[in-house]
Amino acid sequence: MDINYHSLYELTKTAKEENCRISHIVLAQQAEQMEIPAEEIYEKMRENYHVMASCIQPGCAPDLKSTSGLTGGDAYKMRQAVEAGKNLTGSLLGGALYRALAISELNAAMGRIVAAPTAGSCGILPAAVLTMQEEKGLSEEDCVMSLFTASAIGMVIAANASLAGAEGGCQAECGSASAMAAGAIVELMGGTPQMVDSAVAIAIKNILGLVCDPVAGLVEIPCIKRNASGVAGAFVAAELALAGISSAIPADEVIMAMKRVGDTMPSTLRETGEGGLAATPTGKKLCEKVFGKNPF
Amino acid sequence: MNVFDILGPVMIGPSSSHTAGAVRIGLITRTLLGTEPIRARILFHGSFAKTYKGHGTDKAIIAGILGMNTDDERIRFSLDLAAEKGLEIEILTGEIPDAHPNTAELVLTGDDGHQVSLRGSSIGGGNILITRINGMDVALTGAHTSLIVLHKDAPGTIASVTELMADYGVNICNFRLARKKKGGQAVMTIEIDGAYNPSLNEEIQKLPNIYTSTMLRAI
Repeated sequence: MDINYHSLYELTKTAKEENCRISHIVLAQQAEQMEIPAEEIYEKMRENYHVMASCIQPGCAPDLKSTSGLTGGDAYKMRQAVEAGKNLTGSLLGGALYRALAISELNAAMGRIVAAPTAGSCGILPAAVLTMQEEKGLSEEDCVMSLFTASAIGMVIAANASLAGAEGGCQAECGSASAMAAGAIVELMGGTPQMVDSAVAIAIKNILGLVCDPVAGLVEIPCIKRNASGVAGAFVAAELALAGISSAIPADEVIMAMKRVGDTMPSTLRETGEGGLAATPTGKKLCEKVFGKNPF
Repeated sequence: MNVFDILGPVMIGPSSSHTAGAVRIGLITRTLLGTEPIRARILFHGSFAKTYKGHGTDKAIIAGILGMNTDDERIRFSLDLAAEKGLEIEILTGEIPDAHPNTAELVLTGDDGHQVSLRGSSIGGGNILITRINGMDVALTGAHTSLIVLHKDAPGTIASVTELMADYGVNICNFRLARKKKGGQAVMTIEIDGAYNPSLNEEIQKLPNIYTSTMLRAI
């Protein structure tokens, strides 16, 4: 199968022509490329999905603390609110928010996670898919397959822009994860490949230009909460796309824009922990609390 | 690139660029050394230099040097484990011209006294790019099954390696050669289609003019 993941257009066009989900094309192509049976690749992805699911319980522990001591315990609060039926946006969005916080807080505590596509953004896609499974009663197989669509979106972004905060800012990490999650949600809801394209475009557009400004250089503040907003953004993008709303700018061009925006970002806003929130008085104070004065 | 470069690796937090990528750079250098390292000199550049303490990049790269993988739950204790094993560690920060923001340069000394140096960059999502081995320019991502063959620059050496690979029915998808000087040490970096094949690597090691051959699984 001749797919090189250089554009989403090519991918969605192939899916339309073959009249199947993007994930089926991706799995078949990957089996060919890696010279491994499709069943084995699916099985490996299923294991990844299980690792994702295994993060929720420890991530929601009330006494969870990161290595620095700066974060932990917020997923517990969010989950309490959702399970008490007291949260504002119901169990779909509320459930996605606490799961994103849980995985992200576990990552900060040096727990075991799946990079999706990075560790800094590891809560977004799993939160979206696990919540969809729980709330919509989906099969595990559909959920695992949706991860192939998400991966393909990530490969296109990697080929044309970047997935690293140090290169492209937070838009490259949480933005890419949000786009991948949006695509997965659309597929899980039975949306068309064209809707996947629109959801990817909308998700990235809404996070375009977001800087990477971690306090003390740690993947904690504001990264953990940006995982929550990243999954919320994925649901927004998927909801619009599923209603038949298309993006005025196609996804491939949005990805190009993300690349150009990242290239013009100063290095202080690309994971160096020198600008943005890291440079606020409180940000600096927290940095001192962890490392003492003048750590860098 | 494949789907598991995007969804993966299964790793220990907190940062795929600063933790998982760094573990891999450390682990590959250890693999190249081939013996137990007793001394490690690590130079951090760019974002690595500025934030390595916060991200635990030092713990990650040392965990790799100690032979741990990206999903090893002991990574956070690697400094203590290194001290227990008597591994001597020196960490420096500095500028490497034109290097990727997340770059480290390692020099490992083995218990038999010989040294290996490697420059590697963590290019996002835990993926890496190795750009220099023992002072020679290479370009290796680990996306394919890869062979790093250190050898003497002598006529017929490349042919003997590639002929052996042909005998094994192994297809080469990328080949690169670098050498220090004519007749001196040289390095072949060979990326192949298909799976990890330890017996091929053993056969290559037996060929004339080969110092070491290291086969790395695709990551």
